[in-house]
Amino acid sequence: MDIIATALPALADAWALILQPVVLGYLVLGVLMGLCIGVFPGLGGIAGLSLLLPFMFGMDPILGLALMIGMVAVVPTSDTFASVLMGIPGSSASQATVLDGFPMAKRGQAARALSAAFASSLFGGLVGASFLTLFILVARPIVLEFRTPELLMITLFGLSMVGILAGRVAIKGLVAAGLGMLIGTIGEGASSGDLRMSSYDFPYLTDGLKLVIVGLGIFAIPEIIALLRQDRAISQEPQLGGGWLEGVKDWFANIWLSVRCSIIGVVVGVIPGLGGSVVDWIAYGHAVQTTPDKSNFGKGEVRGVIGPESSNNAKEGGGLVPTLLFGIPGSGSMAIFIGAIALLGSGQIEVGPAMLKNNLDITYSIVWLLALANVVGTVICIAASGGIAKLTTIRFSLLAPFLFMIISFAAFQSGQNLMDLVALFAIGFLGILMRRFDWSRPAFLIGFVLSNPAETYANQALQIAQSRFRKGFEEGLDYIFSPIVIVLIVITVISVVLGLRQAKNIMAEGDVQSGSKRAPLVFLLCVTGYIGYAFYDAASIPSFSRDRTFPMFVAGVCLVGCLVLLIRMMLKPETDTIFADREKNGEDAEATHGLWPTLAWFAGLLILTSLLGFILALGLFLFAFLRIRAGLSNLAAAIYTACGIVFMCVMAGLLNRDFPPGLLQDYADLPWPLG
Amino acid sequence: MSKLKTTRRAALGLVAAAAASFGLQANAGGHGIDLAGKTVEWIIPFSETGGSAKWANFYAPLLSEALPGQPTVVVKFMPGAGSTKGANFFQEQSYEDGTLIFGSSGSTQFPFLLGDPRVKYNYADWNVVLASGTGGVAYLPPEMAAKMNGLDASGLQGEDFIYGNQGATRLDLVPTLAWEMLGLNVESVMGIKGRGDGRLMFERGEANIDYQTSSSYLKGVTPLVEAGTAVPMMTWGSLDDAGNIVRDPTFPDIPTFKEVCDATEGCETSGEKWDAWKAFFVAGFPAQKMVFLPNGASNDAIVTYTKAFEDVKARADFAEISGARLGKYPQMTGEKAQTALSSATQVPEAAKAFVVNWLQEKYGVSLN
Repeated sequence: MDIIATALPALADAWALILQPVVLGYLVLGVLMGLCIGVFPGLGGIAGLSLLLPFMFGMDPILGLALMIGMVAVVPTSDTFASVLMGIPGSSASQATVLDGFPMAKRGQAARALSAAFASSLFGGLVGASFLTLFILVARPIVLEFRTPELLMITLFGLSMVGILAGRVAIKGLVAAGLGMLIGTIGEGASSGDLRMSSYDFPYLTDGLKLVIVGLGIFAIPEIIALLRQDRAISQEPQLGGGWLEGVKDWFANIWLSVRCSIIGVVVGVIPGLGGSVVDWIAYGHAVQTTPDKSNFGKGEVRGVIGPESSNNAKEGGGLVPTLLFGIPGSGSMAIFIGAIALLGSGQIEVGPAMLKNNLDITYSIVWLLALANVVGTVICIAASGGIAKLTTIRFSLLAPFLFMIISFAAFQSGQNLMDLVALFAIGFLGILMRRFDWSRPAFLIGFVLSNPAETYANQALQIAQSRFRKGFEEGLDYIFSPIVIVLIVITVISVVLGLRQAKNIMAEGDVQSGSKRAPLVFLLCVTGYIGYAFYDAASIPSFSRDRTFPMFVAGVCLVGCLVLLIRMMLKPETDTIFADREKNGEDAEATHGLWPTLAWFAGLLILTSLLGFILALGLFLFAFLRIRAGLSNLAAAIYTACGIVFMCVMAGLLNRDFPPGLLQDYADLPWPLG
Repeated sequence: MSKLKTTRRAALGLVAAAAASFGLQANAGGHGIDLAGKTVEWIIPFSETGGSAKWANFYAPLLSEALPGQPTVVVKFMPGAGSTKGANFFQEQSYEDGTLIFGSSGSTQFPFLLGDPRVKYNYADWNVVLASGTGGVAYLPPEMAAKMNGLDASGLQGEDFIYGNQGATRLDLVPTLAWEMLGLNVESVMGIKGRGDGRLMFERGEANIDYQTSSSYLKGVTPLVEAGTAVPMMTWGSLDDAGNIVRDPTFPDIPTFKEVCDATEGCETSGEKWDAWKAFFVAGFPAQKMVFLPNGASNDAIVTYTKAFEDVKARADFAEISGARLGKYPQMTGEKAQTALSSATQVPEAAKAFVVNWLQEKYGVSLN
């Protein structure tokens, strides 16, 4: 009763604050800016908020909050455009959306997929806000119950989603996930800073690979290259079917799925330390498990869009709990958000444990501004989706060079190093091969994303547990097997068993024919070689360091998996699913252009960049591509090129970003944007 | 060598004083640099999300107002390799027109002091124009704090402590070395992403000893102290003008580590160990964050920036706005900043050798 007595007036105050025309105006402004930036993959909320920071100083708190929240809230909404239309995961929040959203776009259902996604986003945001309004009052003690063993179990639960997405040969999916985890361990270990698969003589890898690069490389590049080879539009149907209304109807027909995934999103978002990286996969897994007919997943099942999209906006709301109540940011953009709040007004809002006591009205304003921004953003997005979906009918060779431009720029922003582009190309190539030989790319990405938390939490939980066991056996057991951990173990085991039983029916990346033995075998041997070397590399770290344990364990399990695969390859005929190869049958085999010439275009952009710097290289690349590959006239190619470069410069200028320099820039001092 | 330095410092001080008294003329005439219409890039070698970002974002708009010609000041983040990437980049830059400045932090200083192989930069080449200090507070759960007898920490010596550590060679070596000197058995759990995560671990009851820098303590721990779930143990203290450790002005009621050490049997406030601790405390806290102009900066530029930061400090509302956002830290310019820089980046060889050896023995971290 006491709680409600304090909450209701604060809630009323919050609404009084929000419902001022000027506040709503700032909110809409923030939403519009967020939509423009969110379309850019890889930049997201961090770039946008950094852009706003200089204006936050001394600003009226509620206006500043409206502007910032407007921007942050719509990024997980607007990045859906890139995921669905181009197969480019705009941010970690929309990776799972790619799996079914993009196939829908290919079938000419882009508008339907988009509006279903947006309706789910909107609903997820509202469910999240309602849940939070009550939950935030009691959240602190509950969140503190999630200690390191609980965090480890949630991470493992996320990893168990690999079971569902493993593909037709479960062990292949397992090895793919393990490979992702090993690639995630590259660089300085978190425990004592020992290097894995890298050296200080070659500093790029010591910081590890960034999610942006791995996400773009593993999903976007293979799709872009594959589409480009076929020389047609994204949508196979000339006539776009399924208008936006149909998407909203799809969402309404699956409203209970949407409710459940929203709750999943908000609950996982509430737990500090995990951020949102697992939420969309857990939601996707849930959507798969609760659908009776699983045969359409990966080929454009609308439930595969509704699930993750319901969860990712709800997660933003959940993420406010660690941010506001503990002062611990759940994500990069939330970290800047905390910093920016300190700049507002005279700095009277202090994020942290005192937030509920001193600023409950502001807390509620933030929660509901977030929900309101979702509504505004979604309405704009749904209105725009029909028009933007027409992009899928454009001949892809006109679109592709600009996509290369955008993903190269996005990749470069993660480390501002030319090596970012090399890494993007390398991971992209791995992605192409995994796609070709039907190795599960989602499993790889889940492994990569969860590698770091899995290692850190495992090491920490072990260390703390050892200390507890020294104090007493019972105390140690109490620490490890808390009720929450036991519940999570049960859920994980059920999920793995069900997942493996169903995995054979779920072809997350469509059906792949089998072909000859040689190419799949060579790829498997290469993967085995890398894993073997990673094992050796980790084993050469001194034995007192905790940094060697995790990569050795993962590599060891993977090596056993590789061995099983090798034996199976030896025993089975070449028609077995284990020899899946896209180059033998189907779209890729019949493509107009070969893999290598197409890939060479992209490589050309990289090589030119390393020589001339990004903008000059881009100019040459765009013109040459449009002229030769797309067959435009000189004039048309020149106009398209100019448009592309101007767009790039305006975007980078506004966001105060640099372009990759090349050799030329070492010798000549050129003005921005050339230098 | 030291004489030369003193002369240079004195000359600098004179110029700064002259510039301060003829501020207006300096802007109009040829003594200062005019940045009208230009964009000043402020490189921060960390990501957008850390404490250095907060500090730079606080100063950037104020600096823009205070610099002659009101240039746009943009903060540029260049994270990587624990800030050595950005610092190495800055080392390669030469002075052009005063539109490039760099913000370093304790995490940039420590690898430099410890001889990290990745360090290619040298503080002696740079020109400091601002030094911001901070302090640190260690705290305990109430049941542990009850075992302390006034200032005497020997009651804690038999206990098992867990501490969430960001990394053996980071700022965390100041608290961990201090606790070891008190005879506490503290086990470091590595892999914490920031001190906020360490506090959360403490709140969850997994860690039972922790420290926070002053501003984080005020925001994150004071409410816990009020609620009775945390008790302050000691501060690292702050330096007086003679270089002695005295009580932190932000926390006058909390004893310093020096006091606790004096009262605890087995802990010495002199000798090799103490000197090493003090050297690294001085490097990490009283001059934690500094602003530099690159190698070869003109005196005009140094004077202009020094004056701009002095103007920021002289704002009528500075105490109020900085108190809320940065904490009550000293913000030093001119000669004081020089002194802070020298004490923060010149650690006696013996202290360095001691810490390098200690890291090797305690954590197996090899810095060669």
